[in-house]
Formats: sequence, structure tokens, C-alpha cells
Amino acid sequence: MNRILPVLAVLAAILAIWYVAVVPMNAGWTVAQAERAGQELTFPDLVADTMDQDRPRLPAPHQVAAELKKTVLDTKVTSKRSLVFHGWITLQSTLWGFALGTVVGIGMAVSIVYSRTANMSLMPWAIISQTIPIVAIAPMIIVVLATLGVEGRTVPKAIISAYLCFFPVLVSMVKGLRSPGPMQIDLMKTYSASAGQTFWKLRLPASVPYLFTSLKVGIAAALVGTIVGELPTGAIQGLGARILIGDQFGNPLMIWSALIAAACLAGALVSIVAVLQSLALQRMGYAR
Amino acid sequence: MSQAAVIEARNLDLTFETGDGSIQALRDVTLEIGKGEFVSFIGPSGCGKTTFLRVVAGLETPTGGEVRVNGTSPDEARRDRAYGYVFQEAGLYPWRTIAGNVRLPLEIMGYSRSEMADRVNRVLELVELSGFENKHPWQLSGGMQQRASIARALAFDADILLMDEPFGALDEIVRDHLNEQLLRLWDHTGKTIGFVTHSIPEAVYLSTRVVVMSPRPGRITDIIDNPLPRERPLDIRDTPEFLEIAQRIRKGLRAGHSYGD
Repeated sequence: MNRILPVLAVLAAILAIWYVAVVPMNAGWTVAQAERAGQELTFPDLVADTMDQDRPRLPAPHQVAAELKKTVLDTKVTSKRSLVFHGWITLQSTLWGFALGTVVGIGMAVSIVYSRTANMSLMPWAIISQTIPIVAIAPMIIVVLATLGVEGRTVPKAIISAYLCFFPVLVSMVKGLRSPGPMQIDLMKTYSASAGQTFWKLRLPASVPYLFTSLKVGIAAALVGTIVGELPTGAIQGLGARILIGDQFGNPLMIWSALIAAACLAGALVSIVAVLQSLALQRMGYAR
Repeated sequence: MSQAAVIEARNLDLTFETGDGSIQALRDVTLEIGKGEFVSFIGPSGCGKTTFLRVVAGLETPTGGEVRVNGTSPDEARRDRAYGYVFQEAGLYPWRTIAGNVRLPLEIMGYSRSEMADRVNRVLELVELSGFENKHPWQLSGGMQQRASIARALAFDADILLMDEPFGALDEIVRDHLNEQLLRLWDHTGKTIGFVTHSIPEAVYLSTRVVVMSPRPGRITDIIDNPLPRERPLDIRDTPEFLEIAQRIRKGLRAGHSYGD
């Protein structure tokens, strides 16, 4: 309860600000409509109307909630109108991208820690890669993969998602693999331990807490990567596609419900990783 | 010396090149340590006592002179598992239990599963940590952690134990207790021990010989034979003999300092 309460308080504050913002954002339309009809507009009427427009600039929370209920609960999950269906499409690419990004991140970290050359050559490029806007890269990745004969959208989206996800894993793992101090390394030396033994028995286990911290960032980044990968590529399925289509057809409710769904998905994924983290660290004896 | 020398250092020099010039960590250090001796190294920071221990262990390479361990080079001696090294910090792996930590060198050296279990039990008994096998390091006090790290160094039965200020971070009561224990352990096992310390009473209480060192450059200024009997209750520290040796060490340390700075 002590942990839930602050979260609920923040949520309540966000909802309050949201409701307050709805009135000025949508008032223009209401006022224009009233003028055209020659009606007098009282303040309560104005407020009531801003909360209940078909195509509001900013939909009110209860409208988004109704839309979510309609598209999540009241629609069959196999239907193309179901957010669950689109969420599942996005989730698949996210998980593939997350897996790929984690493997690439760990692999690069290991080579950077063990090879001076890799440290000098890979690390700067890894940093540069993150300064390039993903929206600029995403269409190129899709074009290149299409030329290579890769069909479907799952693979390109997963690659875009991995592009964002590998970096936090890389940075944390480099730090984690380097976390054993000189004394720990000397200790292994006094046993004449091989490089492999030092890696498996010292560096790798020492990096696990760092790994999990980065996985929490990484899985959120993978989701963002997938959604961005769905935006500029003409995808018609996935939460990103819903946002794009909602934008093109002037349907803010669609955009906002997809946004909320994406946020919930991100929250769920991060929570799952957090649970795995505490289980793993507890098993390893880190927990007190 | 009557016993065969286990550790022999002849005219040892070691110079570290650093950003602002070179530092002479050891100069012309010559010393023989016989089998079963307990030799303490004492001196102010920077006198090279730790460096000497690290050279013996093959963790540093001398720039001049020669060092032999069991008649071979430190590297060979290390491969022969001639010594166990105890560091200033216990340095137990937090993700391993106490038994797991003690087992670490045995895993690396490829002992069989049953032999590992036997040895872990035996050395944990030796340092009086039986019953703590499945605890994790954070569940133990600092003194117990350091005992576990000594058990880890003992696990593979090296004849030489090199200890670099192992009790430096512990409070005095715990330290006294561990000193007694270490002495008993040395008596039981007959190991050769090289022991670095800052504490004069600790050096006198534990060792058969005390090597006094002094800094800039790191060198030996005095070597004192300790005539105290092998059997040493803690209150031996109040006897005139004990105080006399302590006095001589103190004088040696002061002499080393007078032209040091």
C-alpha cells in the first residue's frame, strides 16, 4: 500500500491536469459552433461540450477510457479493430528486437572489455549510432531488407527495435564486466585461472546486477523502437500503425488509446523484467 | 638458517614508472624465509612490504635481482599452487555462499566434486566457520568474512600463505581473536607464512621473525629474530620480553624515518 499510494497520487494529478487542459484545447470548436448556431454559451455548457466532442483536439480521459473499453474488451481479439490484436503485433517485434539487442549488446560488451582494438573502434560507433534519429534510419532499414528479399514487417521492425535496445545493454555490460576490482582480478591470478575461468566465474556473475538494470531500460527502448518502426513505413498493423492511421484520418481517440495501450504494455514489460531481476538477484544471494 | 629456504630474494629491485617520474618501491632487498617460518613485514606506507609480497606471489615483476620460491620462479611456483594469498579485504564473491567462495580455487584447479566437499568442510572447520556453509558473505561479520577468505587460501593446501594486512580493517577485539586463531592454525599446519602488518604488537605476537622496512626507496632496515616460545597466550604481550622486541621494532621504524623525510 505504501508503494501504491504515491503512484496513485501522481496518476490522479495527471488526470486532473488532463481534464483542466481539455477545456481550453477544445473550446475553440465549441465556441465556433455556438456562434454559427447563434446560441448563447454558458460556462458549464462550454465545459460539458469540450468533454464530449467527436473529434476533439485533446480527448478527455473518460473518452479515451471508453475507446479503450470498446477496442480492448468489446472487440474480438482477432479483429483488426482490436487493440489487443495490434498490441500483439507490436509485442512480437518488441520481444524479437529485445532478444536481438540484448545478444548484440552483450556480445559487443564482451569484445570491448577483452579487446583494446574493439574498445577503440566499436565504442565510438555505438555512441554515434544513438545520435542518429531512428525515424531517419527506419525507412532505410526496411528498404535494404526488402532488397535483400526479407518479407514481412516483423524482421525489419525487430531490427529497428534492437537498434535502440542494444545500447543501454552494451554500456551497462561494459561497466558490469569491468566492475571486479584489481584485488578480485589478482585473486584469480594467484589461482593461475585462465581468461575463460575469470570470465565465467568472476566477470560474468559480477555483471548480472548491471545487466538487469539495463534490461529494464532496454525492453522499454525496444518497444519504442518497434512503434517508431511502424510509423514511417506504411505499416497497417501494430500500435504505431494505429497512431499513424489515427493521425491521418483525424481520429485523436484512436491515437490516444493506442498511446495508452503502448504505455501499459511498456509498464507490463518493465515490471516483468523487474520481477525476473529480483528473483535472479535473490537466487544469486545479492538480496538482503 | 637450519631449515631449507622456501622463499629466497636476492638484491631485489623494483621501480614503478608513473606519470610523474619513477618510484623505487624496492631497493636491494635480500631475504631468506625458511620452511615453517612466520615472517612479518612491518613499516610505514610505501615501504614496499606489500610490493615484496606481490613479487613473491608473481603479481609484480622485479626490475632487478632474483626471487625464488621453492627453488623455482614465482610464476612456476604459482602454477604449482605453492601459495595461498590473503588480501587486505576478504573479497568474497557476493553471489557465492561461504562454501561456494571457499570452493572457488578448487573449481578453477579442477578438483573432483567429492574432494571439493571434503576440503571445504575441513578448512571451514579450521577457521571455525562450520555451519556457515550456506550463508552469503553479507550475512557474516567482517571478521568472519576474513576468516572465510583465509579458508579460501588454505583450501588447496599450499605450503606458503602470503597475507597482506588481512586484519587491518578489523577492530581490535576481533583482531586479537583472529591473531590467536592464526597462530594456532600455523602451529597445526606447519605452513610458511609471510604476513604484512602495520601493527607492532601483531607482528611481535605472531612471528618468528620481524622484517622492518622503510620507504623511499623501499628497503629492509632491520630483521629481528623473535625468541618468544611457539606457544603464545594473548597475555604474553605484557611480558618484558615481548615489550623489548616491540621496542626494538619501534626504534628500527624511527631510524628508517629519520633520513626518509
